[in-house]
Amino acid sequence: MSANAARIEAHLRRRERWRWSEIAFWLAIVVLIFAVPSRAALINEILISGLFALSLDLILGLAGVVSLGQAAFYGVGAYAAAILANAGYNDPTFGLLVGALLGGAIGLVTAPLLLRGSDLTRLMVTMGVALILGEVANRNGWLTGGADGLEFTMRPVLGLFPIGFSGQRNAALYSLVVLFILFALARRLAQSPFGLSLSAVRENRLRAGALGIATHRRLIGVYALAAAYAGVAGALLAQTTQIASLDLFDFHRSADVMLMVIIGGAGYLYGGLIGAAVFIVLKDVISGATPEYWEFWIGALLVVLVLTGRQRVASLARRVVRTVLPNAARQAGAA
Amino acid sequence: MLTVLFDGVAYGMLLFVLACGLSVTLGLMNFINLAHGAFAMLGGYVTALLMNRAGVPFLGTLPAAFLVPAVVGVALERTLYRRLYGASPLDQVLFTIGLVLMAMPIANYLLGDQPQQIHLPAWLQGRIDVHGVGIGVYRLFLIVVCGAIAVGLQSFLVGTRFGARLRAAVDDPRVASGLGIDVDRLFAATFAVGSGLAGLGGALAADVVGGIDPAFPLKFMVTFLIVVAIGGSSGIIGALVGALLLGVLDVAGKYYVPSIGAFIIYFVMVATLILRPQGLFAKGDGR
Repeated sequence: MSANAARIEAHLRRRERWRWSEIAFWLAIVVLIFAVPSRAALINEILISGLFALSLDLILGLAGVVSLGQAAFYGVGAYAAAILANAGYNDPTFGLLVGALLGGAIGLVTAPLLLRGSDLTRLMVTMGVALILGEVANRNGWLTGGADGLEFTMRPVLGLFPIGFSGQRNAALYSLVVLFILFALARRLAQSPFGLSLSAVRENRLRAGALGIATHRRLIGVYALAAAYAGVAGALLAQTTQIASLDLFDFHRSADVMLMVIIGGAGYLYGGLIGAAVFIVLKDVISGATPEYWEFWIGALLVVLVLTGRQRVASLARRVVRTVLPNAARQAGAA
Repeated sequence: MLTVLFDGVAYGMLLFVLACGLSVTLGLMNFINLAHGAFAMLGGYVTALLMNRAGVPFLGTLPAAFLVPAVVGVALERTLYRRLYGASPLDQVLFTIGLVLMAMPIANYLLGDQPQQIHLPAWLQGRIDVHGVGIGVYRLFLIVVCGAIAVGLQSFLVGTRFGARLRAAVDDPRVASGLGIDVDRLFAATFAVGSGLAGLGGALAADVVGGIDPAFPLKFMVTFLIVVAIGGSSGIIGALVGALLLGVLDVAGKYYVPSIGAFIIYFVMVATLILRPQGLFAKGDGR
C-alpha cells in the first residue's frame, strides 16, 4: 500500500516538472515573434485566441462542461478594458485585472444555471447568456459606443513598452507573457487536488459526489475561473487592437473557440493553443484566397472532423505533439 | 392592443411551421439539428427565385418550397445525419454548425448577399378593419395557412397509423423498434416532412423578415432553439404553444417596452430552461 502511495506521489511529482520540450515550445514562440516581426499582429491574434481557447478547455477538457457562450466573458473583458481606457484609466495591467474580475464575477453569477439539465440545456443556456450580454452592450450605446464600437489609446505596459499599431511586436510579447503566466497557473491547477477532483467530476459526477467531492461548488469554481480567463483574453484583444466592437459577443466567436479546442484536442491544455494556431493560420490563408467564402471551408473542416471522429483527430494531434513535446503528451495520457 | 396580439399570433404561427420539424427530430432521435434554418432558407430561395425569375405566382411556388427542402433533407439525412445518431450532443452541434457554415457561403456564392425579395400578390397586401381592429391581410393569411398545417399535423399524428408509430417512437425508440416499428425509416420520413415544413415556413416568412439572405440560418437558429426549449420536444402541441407564446411575447415586448423588447425571448428561454429543463410541456422528466 505504501509502495503504491509512493509510486503515485512520484508520478504526480513527475507531472509537475516542466520538461525541456515544454520550455522549448514557449521559447520557440519568443523566437518566432522576434524572427518575423512583420507577422507580429497575426501571432498576437493567435496568442490571444489561444488564451481564449485555454479558458474553454478549462471547463470543457478539465470539467467536461459544454458551452457555446464563452464569448460572453470575452466580450465583457474586452468592454471592461475598453471602457476603462476610454475613461482615461488606460494602464494595461489595470485593465486586464478589471477584465478578469468582471468576467469572473459574471461567470460566478451565471454558473448555477449550468448545474441542471442535459448537455443540450447547457449549450443553449450559455448561448442565451452570451446573446443577452451582447444585446445589453448593443442597447447601452452611451457606455459601449453601440454599433460603432469604442476606440481609445493605451498607455505603455508598465509605463515602458508601448503597444498598439506602432508596437505590434511589444503587443505580441505582452500577450505572450500574460498567456504564459495564466497557462502556468492553469497547468498547476490541473495537477492540484482541485484539478484532480474536477477530472473525477467529469468522468462520473454521481460517483464523485458519493466520494465526498462538492461537485456543484467545484463546477461553479472552475466555470468562474474560466470566465475570468476569457475576460483577460478579451481585455488583451481590446488593448492590443485598440478597439472593442459588438461582434465580440457574436455566436460565431463562441463557435470558433469551440472549434479551436476541438482541433487541438481538449483536456491537456496545449490543445487550445495548438488549435488556435491552426485555426487562425488556416483562416488567414483561406480568407486571403477567398475572402467571402472562408466560412465554407471552416464548416467543411468541422463536418469532416466530426465524421472522422474527433477523438481520432485529437489523438493524431496528440501523437504529433508527443513527437514534438514528449512531456505534454504524457500528461495528457495521465490526466 | 388586439392588433398587437393578432400580429403576435401570426408571428407565432409562422415560428411554429418553421420550428416544428426541429422539435420532432429532437424528440425522436435526440438529435440537435442546428442546420434546420438552412432548410428554411432553401425554401425561401425556391419561392423567391420561382417568382422573380420564372414568374410563377406566389401560391404556386409554395409546394416547391416544401418539396425541394424535403428532398434535400432526406438526401442529407440518409448520407450524413444518420451517422451521428447516438453521438454526443457536442458532436451533433459541431456537425450541424459546420453544415450551417457551409450553407451560407454556398447561398452567397450562387445568389449574392443581397436579400431576395418576395413580392406578394395584391390580394394579400393591405389591411382590413374589423370592429376597429386593424388586421394585415397577409397576417391573416399566415394564421389561416399555418393554423391549417397545425390542425392537419395534429390530426395526422392522432388519427393515422403512421402518427401512432411516430408517437410511439418519440416516447421510447427502443421499445418501438422492439415492437417491429422501423424507427430508421420513420425518422427519414419525419426528417423530410420537417425539412419541407421549414422550407415552407421560410417561403412564408420571407416577406415578414424583409427578404431571404445568406445569413438567414444563423439569424433564426437561436429563435428556433428557443421555440423548442419553451415547447419541449414531445410533440406538436408543445411546439405550437411554445411558438405562440414566443411570438406574442416578442411582438408585444417590442411594441410596448422597446427598450427591453429584444431581451424578452432570451429571458423566457433561460427562465424556462432553469425551471423546466425539458420544456414547459414535456411529459414527466423527459429523457
